[in-house]
Amino acid sequence: MNKIQDKYYYPSFSLRLIRILHLDHILLLGIGALLMVGLVVLYSAGDESSALINRQFTRIGLAVFIMLVIAQIPSSTLKFWSPWMYVAGVVLLVLVLVMGDVGKGAQRWLDLGFIRFQPSEMMKLVTPMMIAWYFSEKPLPPSWRTLIIAVVLILVPTFLIAKQPDLGTALLIFAAGFFVLFLGGLSWRLMIGMSVLAASMLPVLWHFMHAYQKGRVMTLLDPQSDPLGAGYHIIQSQIAIGSGGVYGRGWLNGSQSHLNFLPEQSTDFIFAVFAEEFGLLGGLFLLALYTFIIIRGLMIAVQGQDTYARLLGGSLSLTFFVYLFVNVGMVSGILPVVGVPLPLISYGGTSMVTLMASFGMLMSINSHRKLWSK
Amino acid sequence: MSRRAVIKNHMLEAQLFKRRALVAAVFSVLLLLVLLSRLVYLQFFEFSHFFSLSENNRVRLTPLVPNRGLIYDRNGVVLAENRPSYQLELIPEQIDNMQQTLHDLGDLVALDEDVLKRFRRLLKRSRKFEGIPLRTKLSEEEVAKLAVNRHRFPGVEVKASLGRYYPLGKTMAHVVGYVGRIDGKELKRVDETNYKGTTHIGKTGLERYYEDQLHGLVGYQNIEVNVQGRELRVLDKIPPVPGNNLWLTLDAQIQKVAADALEGYNGSVVVMKPHTGEVLAMVSLPAFDPNLFVHGISHKNYKRLRDSPDRPLFNRSIMGQYPPGSTVKPFVGLGGLENRSMGHKETINCTGHYLLPNDDRRYRDWKKTGHGLVDLNKSIEQSCDVYYYELSYRMGINRIHAFLHQFGFGEKTGIDLLGERSGLLPSREWKKRVKNKIWFPGETLITGIGQGYMLATPIQLASATSILSMRGQVFSPHLLSQVEEPNGNEKTTINWSAGETIKLKRESNWRHAIKGMVNVVHGLRGTARNSGYDLAFKMAGKTGTAQVFGIAQDAEYDEATIAKKLRDHALFIAFAPYKDPEIVVAVIAENGSHGSSVAAPIARKVIDEWTRLYEGNLK
Repeated sequence: MNKIQDKYYYPSFSLRLIRILHLDHILLLGIGALLMVGLVVLYSAGDESSALINRQFTRIGLAVFIMLVIAQIPSSTLKFWSPWMYVAGVVLLVLVLVMGDVGKGAQRWLDLGFIRFQPSEMMKLVTPMMIAWYFSEKPLPPSWRTLIIAVVLILVPTFLIAKQPDLGTALLIFAAGFFVLFLGGLSWRLMIGMSVLAASMLPVLWHFMHAYQKGRVMTLLDPQSDPLGAGYHIIQSQIAIGSGGVYGRGWLNGSQSHLNFLPEQSTDFIFAVFAEEFGLLGGLFLLALYTFIIIRGLMIAVQGQDTYARLLGGSLSLTFFVYLFVNVGMVSGILPVVGVPLPLISYGGTSMVTLMASFGMLMSINSHRKLWSK
Repeated sequence: MSRRAVIKNHMLEAQLFKRRALVAAVFSVLLLLVLLSRLVYLQFFEFSHFFSLSENNRVRLTPLVPNRGLIYDRNGVVLAENRPSYQLELIPEQIDNMQQTLHDLGDLVALDEDVLKRFRRLLKRSRKFEGIPLRTKLSEEEVAKLAVNRHRFPGVEVKASLGRYYPLGKTMAHVVGYVGRIDGKELKRVDETNYKGTTHIGKTGLERYYEDQLHGLVGYQNIEVNVQGRELRVLDKIPPVPGNNLWLTLDAQIQKVAADALEGYNGSVVVMKPHTGEVLAMVSLPAFDPNLFVHGISHKNYKRLRDSPDRPLFNRSIMGQYPPGSTVKPFVGLGGLENRSMGHKETINCTGHYLLPNDDRRYRDWKKTGHGLVDLNKSIEQSCDVYYYELSYRMGINRIHAFLHQFGFGEKTGIDLLGERSGLLPSREWKKRVKNKIWFPGETLITGIGQGYMLATPIQLASATSILSMRGQVFSPHLLSQVEEPNGNEKTTINWSAGETIKLKRESNWRHAIKGMVNVVHGLRGTARNSGYDLAFKMAGKTGTAQVFGIAQDAEYDEATIAKKLRDHALFIAFAPYKDPEIVVAVIAENGSHGSSVAAPIARKVIDEWTRLYEGNLK
């Protein structure tokens, strides 16, 4: 096994430093490139405001710091804490529902006096940690009993968050948990059966959705039905993307965004700004960059030390993909509008911190493996 | 952990994971290809479509503002209409140098400091890419000048729009109300989508109360515009639905006569049809010109209206709370009969003042020498105070409160206007609750003559008088009669609910109280006998004088030396004909001193005008 270690030869000081800091230089390269692209687009989307860039820069700094810290924690430690964090997270979610602050019509924040805190964000990491912990003790593929318990463990936070209501986050958490099941060997037959069942349950789900959520789905099917209201986002963002063409209009030249036709252009809809200014080629580059990161994440997971590390790493990588898919899907008009940011690019701190923390975990999985190999 | 040995095959699990991760990676790449193909579709195949949509904002989606519904009086006289007017609008996002543009525009049209100040204020709270009005009511000449110079001013537009106009001006100011430029707070109250492009909203009066009816539904159109923002052609269009027209119960002619009659005083006249609750006139003076508000009132004008001690913006008819004074006597007298506190023939000896047992305070009659022997009829006719002191003493405040409450005193009438006040009908519980003090017997006495704590609004007085004239039948006062759909002339008549009829133990008691009121006007010594001559029918009335400030015990009241502001309010309530009443009038002339000489003649003028117009209705 020492062969792996020997294969690595660190020619330069900076690579050696990266190694000492338990980081992965390949992943770091992808993330760094993405953050740079993000700042460039944000400068354009935010009407060339340097204040906005400064604030985002501070957030990136904080997020990188958190990634660094988490990268130092061996995955065995993460594993040990998983169930406790899960229990704490669920308790906080219940607290949010009972006494949380209401912002933009949904209860998401918990005010602890000194800090405002979004427990649902934490659950994006803790849910897959919990399922991975649970699976790591059981023989895989999971037995029926194991599977049912795992599903319950996923659904509890999912429902608590969907009730806030925060459909985007609930979706991401459900996906993160599901990926652990999938990577842990959930049987194909069951998955197909369940998706057929889920499809048949859609009308029931429709019945339980909020009016505004129904509106978003209806708008997706026919944006022209309400061009001044709910359809406005979708129409304008499609115009922005489409008018970018193959080569784009050039940085700072997007008319849709600079004439302020685009709503939420520095947060959830920032991809439209990017696509308008950098065109299809830019989009191709960006998707390739994301794919690079996702594939690297999956590779790290495959080489993981134990089941826990593998499952967690795989799930985090795939969740990152879901962010991307849902965001670009909704901005380009093939998915309904749910509040999912474009990962590492959208303006805003919460998702940035969570994502970087998950990369910290991936790096920890990668680097600590060699330190305690058998 | 469980003691049971867990059998895990690590090699196998690692293999399984590897397979699954590969599947996931392939699946992810496939989904990414879906995204990519979506981008290819939008950016390659549909590029020219979206490019043209985007290019210079080629297609502009503009809301089409519905025309506001019109307001008519009962005979079709227009009270609120829409007139075309031209206004100059600036779109800030399209103007590079605002300062320069404003300066250059100043050479073409008149722009004074007031206009610029207002523009800067609007600029701060504008919506994006929406024109901000700079000047309203442009003259033909100014429009022509701007048209010639249009190329010099990108982002500057002359817009023809319909502006609200109130042909009767101040006559209907309070009741019809006015519209004004919509502000942020109001925008939150309404459905913002439906108000896209709407610039005005009902601020007061019926314009405000029936905003939903009057506004209509917004339409929209996609317009192709060129680089300068000039509109080229309409691509598609959903027309707006105009607001509904309102037909009111008001009669503009009677309103006018009532306002003219009250001219010179601050106060209110309310005229009603007792057997339906329709309000024929609702005057509040001093009034103001509502047209000033439509296109943005200048700061100077607004300040003058707002700060005037006469409070012209205040609708006295529903918000003014006055001591009803002696006008309350027929109601209290009726209550006395009903509670058997007094027989209708029973007499009280009025010596000019009244003493409560064990109290040396003198409760004075307005007539120092007294009225002698007084029964109910005479007490109303001559407005004897002592009779009501004794009667109130016998009835007690609880029964007075319970009886007057049935006539709507102390409660909003529920008329279709916002801001109505409830007046005040005092009771033991009220005093305990609000003032935390016990009720004194002396307070019962002055409540019995409509003084003390008691307050009523003019609309309440009119409504209570209606109920009395209809012998207990209750019809709530209202202003809206019919709603007319914009297209097709279908009118829907509003069904206003009637209240619960007041049942007396003896129906004849109504007759006794009303007889007293007839004598007020037609009796030899009636307090309003000067207004009773020469009538084709008999009317009933009651004068009232409400003290504005208290007079010290045994002090003399000298009109000449008292400042006008401190003079008593003059009140009069009346209905006619007394048998089958067709009209009810309530008049309050602030600081008018005497109900008989000031308020009653005003009511008479209104009744005369009504007779002239509707004589045919009389049997």
